[in-house]
Amino acid sequence: MASDYLIEIKNVTHAYKLPDKSKLPVLNDLNISIAEGEFCAVVGPSGCGKSTLTRLIAGLMKPDEGEVWLHGERVRGPKKTVGMAFQNPVLLEWRTILDNVILPLEIVAASMPRKDREARARELLALVGLEGFEDKRPSELSGGMRQRASLCRSIVHRPEVLILDEPFGALDAFTREDLWQTMHDLRAEEPFTTLLITHDLRESIFLADEVVVLSGRPATAQYKMRIPGASADRSIDDLYTPTAAEQLNVLRRQIEIAQGRAADEDLGPVLEAAQ
Amino acid sequence: MNLRKLAVPTLAIIVFLLLWEGLVWVNDWPNYKMASPSDLGPAFTRYWELFLVQGWQTLWRTVVGLLLAIFFGVGVGMIMGFSRTMRDALYPLLVGFNAIPKATVVPIVALIFVGAHDFNTVLIAFMISFFPIAVSVSIGLSTLEPEYRDILRSLGASRFTIFWKIALPKTLPEFFGALKVAVTLAFIGTNLMEIVSPHGRGLGALFDSGKTNSDYPLMFAVLIALAALGILLYYIVVWLEQTFAGWAERAET
Repeated sequence: MASDYLIEIKNVTHAYKLPDKSKLPVLNDLNISIAEGEFCAVVGPSGCGKSTLTRLIAGLMKPDEGEVWLHGERVRGPKKTVGMAFQNPVLLEWRTILDNVILPLEIVAASMPRKDREARARELLALVGLEGFEDKRPSELSGGMRQRASLCRSIVHRPEVLILDEPFGALDAFTREDLWQTMHDLRAEEPFTTLLITHDLRESIFLADEVVVLSGRPATAQYKMRIPGASADRSIDDLYTPTAAEQLNVLRRQIEIAQGRAADEDLGPVLEAAQ
Repeated sequence: MNLRKLAVPTLAIIVFLLLWEGLVWVNDWPNYKMASPSDLGPAFTRYWELFLVQGWQTLWRTVVGLLLAIFFGVGVGMIMGFSRTMRDALYPLLVGFNAIPKATVVPIVALIFVGAHDFNTVLIAFMISFFPIAVSVSIGLSTLEPEYRDILRSLGASRFTIFWKIALPKTLPEFFGALKVAVTLAFIGTNLMEIVSPHGRGLGALFDSGKTNSDYPLMFAVLIALAALGILLYYIVVWLEQTFAGWAERAET
């Protein structure tokens, strides 16, 4: 059955087995659909199962119940069409930046000539502003530069799906905003569908076409917000408009509800203001 | 820079020998109490052939023991690094095994495999140097952050590919650290066996014959020869480390 969506998470329920044999439910009847080329940000309280979600989509885990579909195929194990980046850039210290970026190609495109791999990696590194650093080791780069290299590695094999698990979380505010811009530039050049896990609401409305707020554990999709114009050219200035302020306000309230700190009925006026 | 690297340790050795000579000279010790460096020259020139033959004996058995320790140490380390159950099962055994002073094992081994001197010596060298290698490899593998694995696993890489491309190189610095310890330990093992077993060979046996003949300068000369061999092997390991795990060393700032 053909579907309009590239990523589909259908009624996924998942629980972790604890050492004492009891179960800790983390996801509860979760539904998220992301169309091809869309950028979806998932926000939610700490420990609500966001990282579990990334592992389910990447095929590293199987959900207890429900289904995960990628491009009309049910996910039953790891796929070569996924790219991942984490809060920790996890670059391999013994490789140069160039060889770090090439790593996924060694796995999924073993027959690709070395020359072509290098050309592809260099092209991406130039795109994120790392030209001239190809032969450096990760330890010689700053945190922001390492994260840029990590982003290049996650998309070097032209994955259909890019999974970002708080990739900018450990960076300082200025570097983070630089990287948001870089992410936008990459999106303009490279076709991929993205699921971003983040704690930063500004990041979510700056980068995403749709923001999904997860409830507290066990998590379900509590609230979804479309962000118009996110895929168009944007600058950090767009975060300081009244529209952005309203979007942030609504999302903040939703997070408070997810954390159980605010009651649902308080939300009426805020929602109206955001329309 | 290279001159400095060579000159500084050479100078330190010369200063050490001078202090030693001075100490013996000031106290006017006879050479059965403590031989001085000036006694060593004649001992070396008199027995240089013996030193070469016995030194080679000691060296090759130490190296074979070390290679066995690397082979089995890495193997056991991998088993413990990848499987929690095996780690829980093997750790107490390994620790207990390592806690037994090898000097007490030497006569037992010598009795079990009586006459097989080469085998016994290699076995003790292996037993004494095996532990640090196994522990370091298992710790290196078990502390691999899951994200490293996930990056390749999400692309459908096999377990072997993950081991070869990530786990193995990431463990190399720990491995070489342990190997430096193991090198010196292996010499202890070899010499224990050479000294204790009757009709032994190697520098340990030469030491023993110096003892029976009251040739004290010879005994000290053997110690110096052992130190020289130890330094040689140690720096071979350092060289290997720089070749294969040089990336772990931070540039001087």
